Amino acid sequence: MHAVRDVSLAVRRGESFGLVGESGSGKSTVLRAIAGLARDWTGRIAVEGENLGARRTARFYETVQMVFQDPYGSLHPRHTVDGTLSEPGRIHGLANVDARVLELLRDVGLGPEFRFRFPHQLSGGQRQRVAIARALMLEPKLLLLDEPTSALDVSVQAEILNLLQRLKRERGLTFILVSHDLSVIAHMCDRLAVMNAGRVVEELTVDQLRRSEPSHPYTRQLLKASLGYDRAAVDALETFD
Amino acid sequence: MSGPLLEVDGLSVRFPTRTGIVEAVRNISFSVGREKVGIVGESGSGKTMTGRAVLGLIRPPGVVQARRMMFDGIDLLSLSERQLRSIRGNRIAMVMQDPKFSLNPVMTVGRQIAEAYRVHTAASSSEAKRRTLEMLEAVRIRDPERVYGAYPHEVSGGMGQRIMIAMMLIPDPDLLIADEPTSALDVTVQMQVLAIVDDLVSRRGMGLMFISHDLNLVASFCDRVVIMYAGQIVETCRASELHAATHPYTRGLLASLPRVDRPTERLSTLVRDEAWKTEPGVDARIL
Repeated sequence: MHAVRDVSLAVRRGESFGLVGESGSGKSTVLRAIAGLARDWTGRIAVEGENLGARRTARFYETVQMVFQDPYGSLHPRHTVDGTLSEPGRIHGLANVDARVLELLRDVGLGPEFRFRFPHQLSGGQRQRVAIARALMLEPKLLLLDEPTSALDVSVQAEILNLLQRLKRERGLTFILVSHDLSVIAHMCDRLAVMNAGRVVEELTVDQLRRSEPSHPYTRQLLKASLGYDRAAVDALETFD
Repeated sequence: MSGPLLEVDGLSVRFPTRTGIVEAVRNISFSVGREKVGIVGESGSGKTMTGRAVLGLIRPPGVVQARRMMFDGIDLLSLSERQLRSIRGNRIAMVMQDPKFSLNPVMTVGRQIAEAYRVHTAASSSEAKRRTLEMLEAVRIRDPERVYGAYPHEVSGGMGQRIMIAMMLIPDPDLLIADEPTSALDVTVQMQVLAIVDDLVSRRGMGLMFISHDLNLVASFCDRVVIMYAGQIVETCRASELHAATHPYTRGLLASLPRVDRPTERLSTLVRDEAWKTEPGVDARIL
């Protein structure tokens, strides 16, 4: 069973690249293969020109970090915010972990009063801010974002997306953003790849998407469906396998 | 009789907790006719509790209070648990958000749906099977015979949700309460499932209470919208006029949505006003 087949993409430094598709399209698997969480891949993955092997090195994680979809599952329930944030710093032997924790809390819009709280004392949006701060602890250059706002209310989603945009600007980050939501991808990204059944069906710029110029019928269908319910359009829906 | 299918007047739902009483729903009034009414709000707004209260599904220590709760001439507040059971699932059905937790994992899909049918009718088992296969086909399941004999773990999430909808619709309810029925589905499957429900409303005159957090979807799918905040109804309008909503909460929610057709540098964020909680709510009844 191939979750992903023959996917090729190149992301430029400083760019935000979107991967969009429905469940089972393979979009998260691509991200997990890059992060080293999906082991059984073949092909070539290179970060900053350096080919990745089967195992990720410590240096890799100083360049690439990931933020997961579910902030309820991605934080250790028995670790305080301080424990969660300082762990990567200690593993990688950072000198000024304490100061970094405080600085990061401020950067993601949480005050120092959050430092010794547990995840259950935080809202979903606050947890996602902690997860973002953890990803930034090692000052990575590339952030892999797997549906970072799909578990959040829309008003909280807006806050988190704004936060990510600001952090990208301030730190010169590169994003690869996976989402099922075309409007989130359009807001955040410069270019995107549309995936279906494990393959990339089309790569296009967000400008092309906004001008409703996708060339593949699957992308056109996805775009139309994302604009809202239309009874007449439902009967025209096709299945793409 | 004329009048709405469902009329709710002054509904409150409270839960006592260690730190005091939580008012999940505060004195709300609304009605549902043979139409699609969207109940929109963020998590904690009370929208799910409103749906559950109508069906009598709030368990102690939760307390439900209302001045009036009428369904097709029946006073829901005066019914015994036994009488309520004859209405629940039969005349008022509810589709929950996640099929994973709503289907019986050790019973085939077909038997579950057929059981739902036989509980409410005097149908024979062969008649129930025939109706079940018809219903599976109606919710666009391509191979109904195969799915009939499948267990819930053998079907995808999208199919599971369609199975749930088939089960809820087989007794031919007058009112369907759908709590985020499609939020776990892919957008194309979501549209197909909504079309099934839409057709039932327009062809059979079913009433629909559609509970959702998705403003764009509700605006394009429903006839009317009720917006809930902190347990109250803060605004109500025709779905087609949602973009012209006036309450700052509704406006804030709409503005915080990213849109493919309208690029912005920065999304506007919602600034919540404490005063919204003490404002008198809006009556969303059409009598």
